[in-house]
Amino acid sequence: MKKAFWLAGAAVLALAQPASAGDTIKIGFVSTFSGPTAVIGNDMRNSFELALDHMGRKMGGKPVEVIYEDDGQKPDVGKQKTEKLIQSDKVDFIAGYIWSNVLLASLKTAVDSKTFLISANAGPSQLAGELCSPYVFSTSWQNDQTPQAMGQYMNQKGVKSVFLIGPNYAAGKDMLAGLKSTFKGQVVGEEYTVWPSQLDFSAELTKAKNSKAESIFVFYPGAAGVQFLNQYAQAGLKAQMPLYTAFTVDELSLPLQKENAIGIPGAQQWVNDLPNAENKKFVEDYRKKYPGLRPTYYGAQSYDAAQLINSAVVAVKGDTAKKDEMKAEMEKANFKSVRGAFRYGKNHIPIQNFYLQDVVKDADGQLSLKTVATIVKDDQDRFADKCPMK
Amino acid sequence: MLVLVEQSLNGLQFGLLLFLLAAGLTLVFGIMDFVNLAHGSLYMMGAYFAATFVAWTNSFVLGILLALGATLLLGIALEFIALRHLYGRDHLDQVLATFGLILFFNDAVRLIWGPAGLSLPLPAWLTVPVQIVPGVSYPAYRLSIIAVALAVAALLYLVVMRTRVGMLIRAGASNREMIGALGINIKLLFTLVFGLGAALAGLAGLMQAPILTVQIGMGENILILAFVIIVIGGIGSIRGAFLAAIFVGMIDTLGRAFLPDLLRMALSSSAASTAAPALSSMLIYLLMAIVLVVRPEGLFPAAKR
Repeated sequence: MKKAFWLAGAAVLALAQPASAGDTIKIGFVSTFSGPTAVIGNDMRNSFELALDHMGRKMGGKPVEVIYEDDGQKPDVGKQKTEKLIQSDKVDFIAGYIWSNVLLASLKTAVDSKTFLISANAGPSQLAGELCSPYVFSTSWQNDQTPQAMGQYMNQKGVKSVFLIGPNYAAGKDMLAGLKSTFKGQVVGEEYTVWPSQLDFSAELTKAKNSKAESIFVFYPGAAGVQFLNQYAQAGLKAQMPLYTAFTVDELSLPLQKENAIGIPGAQQWVNDLPNAENKKFVEDYRKKYPGLRPTYYGAQSYDAAQLINSAVVAVKGDTAKKDEMKAEMEKANFKSVRGAFRYGKNHIPIQNFYLQDVVKDADGQLSLKTVATIVKDDQDRFADKCPMK
Repeated sequence: MLVLVEQSLNGLQFGLLLFLLAAGLTLVFGIMDFVNLAHGSLYMMGAYFAATFVAWTNSFVLGILLALGATLLLGIALEFIALRHLYGRDHLDQVLATFGLILFFNDAVRLIWGPAGLSLPLPAWLTVPVQIVPGVSYPAYRLSIIAVALAVAALLYLVVMRTRVGMLIRAGASNREMIGALGINIKLLFTLVFGLGAALAGLAGLMQAPILTVQIGMGENILILAFVIIVIGGIGSIRGAFLAAIFVGMIDTLGRAFLPDLLRMALSSSAASTAAPALSSMLIYLLMAIVLVVRPEGLFPAAKR
């Protein structure tokens, strides 16, 4: 009789447990796995899987289950997938997000349900400022920071004037605004293109050429960056107007950009050759696990996202119901990042270094990115003050 | 002034490229009365073939010729295996079947070439900008697109207006039962027309490949523009497709080039630069709506059925 009572009691307790404190750690991962930018999503998934391998596919002693969802690069689809992961799959964490507009559309669902969201790429200014949330962390950057670093590098080089070209969506606007906030020379013109459908930049390149600016700055992630560099070289502008970029030349686009990318500087918080043990292991194991592929900054940030989640789960010994403790742990950024050390600002955006990267031929005779210099140390984004969190 | 010349060339080049795509589509749609959503897939296949053959043969011209032949054969095979069974069916069935073909081609490409896309590098003699008038230089490759497309347009005109095959094609556009009744092998004619349409799509794709990248799904965005063009130009009319394609290319490019500056006169600079790309991409649809209201058959409809 007594035994039955205890059994019944245990059963009731088990039923009453919130779904989030189950026997597995459930992570939802939203990224782009179809269409022309699917290569980015694949790289993010590869790196996330590699991180799980390195953890023995367990966090805090519990097995990890990851549900990958494809946003098709569309904000409305991303929002739907986020809702599905939170409401029907009842994930403990949600991570991923390449595109700022997809993240902004999905944000409210995550925050309202108090599900931790780790952005492994997108860094819209709103997220760092007025929309900052205790439940949202970034393992990347705020969009403006990388072009801000590029602007500083252009100042160092004594560039007097620039023509800006970027895509017409949340990140495009942040990027160009970021460059303008640090660049001391004259901004001669500013053009936005339809995103993501416009792939021919002839009208914009003609305007840039006729503006008589000394240089061009662009932000075109993924395949659009390949196309931009093609058209820039074909227009004969490479000799006339040096190009400065953010997020345009990376390990995914390099094999297609080839010679066009040589001599085009970029800024980045992670480069494959950063000299720390964690990074060496990440890059080597990635190339071993996925022959023929190379990790990118998208992947590095996803790898860090998995580590950040792991640090929180380990701190609460797998009891993911303890949200306050997990939040406090994540705020410490208590894991070994592949980019070296960073710490969080009060808005949960990393305070970190930004490096100048250049394109070189590596030991295998393939084009690869190389760290040339540190442009800014311990950079905090310029929206942190607008974040009401303490 | 010189800027206007250069931007007009940009518009002309874009328009002519769209013409190649729309000409093939209007042949198939107008003459065979067949809605082929997979036309954009043939455009993609042309680009993939070109990137592959140019890499194999190490020659740009040879690779492109091979790719053109391959797309023609692919078009004929596609018509023979799948599409000829759909001619008698409802348009909706054709839309469904060819939509399925889009998915098939995208996945086939993913399997064969992988998801990352390819690049088609230009030979050195096509990468230099050419001085056309003092003060205006223009990319040589874009000039060659203009030249090739104009030559193809002239050739198509001659074939359609001056040859026996062309006469049959025109007759097929006006009354397909009648030319069948006259003892013409309509099956063969349709296969040929479809192959020609496929080759034109392939040509558009392979010529666009060095400017853009060769990637999965590259035909889908541009296919919408091709449909807009044949609606504006009049279904089944090559002349209509030609003129409408140049209209659309010009309006799109000039809109992108000058609308931001125009809007800046009325709006704040940041509002103008945000609104302009959205507005300029709407211009061609606006044009289509106006044409549909004024002339529902399109500007230059093929002869009445």
